[in-house]
Amino acid sequence: MRRYIVQRVLAIIPVVAIVSVITFSLIHIVPGDPATILGGDQATEADIARIQARMGLDKPIYEQFAIWFWNLLQGDLGVSPASKYPVGKQILQRLPPTVSIGIYALVVQAMVALPLGVLSAWKANSWVDRSSMVFAVLAFSIPVFWLEYNLIYLLAVKVPWFPALGYEPLSAGVGPWLRSITLPSVCVGLISAGLVARVTRSAMLEVLNADYIRTARSKGLAERVVLIRHALRSAAVPIMTILGLSLAGMIGGLVISEQVFAIPGMGRLVVDAVSNRDFPVIQGVLLIIALSYVVVNLVIDLVYVYLDPRIRY
Amino acid sequence: MAQRRMTLAEQTPTTRVQRSTTEAFRALRKNPNMAFGFVVLTFMLFTAVFAPFLGTSDPTFLVPLDRLIPPGSDHFFGTDHLGRDVYSRVMYGSRVSLQVGAGVALSVIALGLFFGLLSGYNRFLDKIIMRIADGLMSIPSFLLAIALMALLGPSLRNVIIALTVASVPETTRLVRALVLSLREQEYVSAARAVGCGPVRIVARHVLPNTVAPVLVLGSFITAAAIISEAGLSFLGAGIPADTPSWGNIMGQGRQYNQIAIWILFFPGLFLSLTVLGANLIGDGLRDTLDPRLRRLA
Repeated sequence: MRRYIVQRVLAIIPVVAIVSVITFSLIHIVPGDPATILGGDQATEADIARIQARMGLDKPIYEQFAIWFWNLLQGDLGVSPASKYPVGKQILQRLPPTVSIGIYALVVQAMVALPLGVLSAWKANSWVDRSSMVFAVLAFSIPVFWLEYNLIYLLAVKVPWFPALGYEPLSAGVGPWLRSITLPSVCVGLISAGLVARVTRSAMLEVLNADYIRTARSKGLAERVVLIRHALRSAAVPIMTILGLSLAGMIGGLVISEQVFAIPGMGRLVVDAVSNRDFPVIQGVLLIIALSYVVVNLVIDLVYVYLDPRIRY
Repeated sequence: MAQRRMTLAEQTPTTRVQRSTTEAFRALRKNPNMAFGFVVLTFMLFTAVFAPFLGTSDPTFLVPLDRLIPPGSDHFFGTDHLGRDVYSRVMYGSRVSLQVGAGVALSVIALGLFFGLLSGYNRFLDKIIMRIADGLMSIPSFLLAIALMALLGPSLRNVIIALTVASVPETTRLVRALVLSLREQEYVSAARAVGCGPVRIVARHVLPNTVAPVLVLGSFITAAAIISEAGLSFLGAGIPADTPSWGNIMGQGRQYNQIAIWILFFPGLFLSLTVLGANLIGDGLRDTLDPRLRRLA
């Protein structure tokens, strides 16, 4: 088992290396010189040369990468040319709102998707099944910001239960903090619950046909015990996998929601960076998010080893 | 007996095309969800093509005096903060969404088949292609698309490029897995045994078997691309501001959401319906063409 864990951890090294190459080369593969893009339309030749020298763009590309990567290993993501502020610090500042909404949304997603998936597999082809699958396909089809604006209209404008925008830090108290992140989290969670509900349903359907489920039922176990302890446990691996993978879609939803609710998180940071053409910030956010995504999926893979004794490579 | 004769009658020589059309209609009648999807997409295609003749005004025409008028008989969907007719803008907006959906789906499938086949047939290229795919897939695709749009600048073509790059890796992987399993099929071994070259095997035995899954995938990619384009345009990183697209209309009207929800409601409704249509077609195709593919969801 230890060998498998070590192998799995080592396997992320090439992925991380490739992600950093991709992130680095983003501004180099696109036609046009990055300094010209950064300089904007009014830049003169001299301006561009100065930007090139300052950013080290006059050096050969492999040397640029070596410098960038060496700095990266020391936790230095560069300095944003727009705000003259270290990228790493900016990201750290923007972390709390994004992480709060992300975790809250994950909880909403799991609390909606798992019961729906289990119920619709248990009562396959019943009205419960059919309506939860309608919910799932709607979740794939409705853009998160449309859901959000409609809910803002209903629950913040018509009935003022929640603030229409803004973020209250945890230091302002748990109540205001929760109230300020509830609408975005619920929306992002609901939208990403569709996929998870579907996968839960099909994983459960497969398990519910197994012999040991019939055995469990025939020895008179309560249906609840059969469903949760025998079936859901065996179906846990595909469900955990999709929970990890659905994080990618959730991050997209977070970027948009932070814009909708004017929440100063990492999504706002990256969208502002796009309009300022602030490439070091875009690269930094991309890298940090990709790394956390890889690490979360790694952790899930390692949790399998405990969940499923069959996985022992 | 009568029934038996009927089935025999049905088997009397018909051309291939005829048979497949009747089969398609039967599949549609059996699957009302898919039929609904086709109706919605046909309707959207109709509005895209005939937008100038649907009682619309110039979607970019500003009437500053008529700003933020609620929906009514003059302006079916109201007007936005610059006095532009939201109904006209929504009708024209379907052009962008359908072009993005079709453009992204076609290019993702072409590139996915290309790289997937290369990967499935060449050990050396397989390693390289799969490592790059792993790297690209570990960046959430919407974020990757935003970053690419920042570099490329807003335009319809660039939106298609960015969304294609963001979703080719996944398709490549699926095609590769498909090719690897098809290669092991007995009829492929048989073809090889009678001396077919690799090109003939791919063209006659492997590619035709990828059609069904690729069609299913194509409809899901269309749906995802349309919703992502709206997201990008909403953030101001998609279609240029002067072209009405559903995402643009919502993005430009979002400051007025508390007093003029109609600027957001109608484009979002059309957008959701279109994406729903594409998703329902994908689900229907999957169930009809290959029930084993259910697990792809």
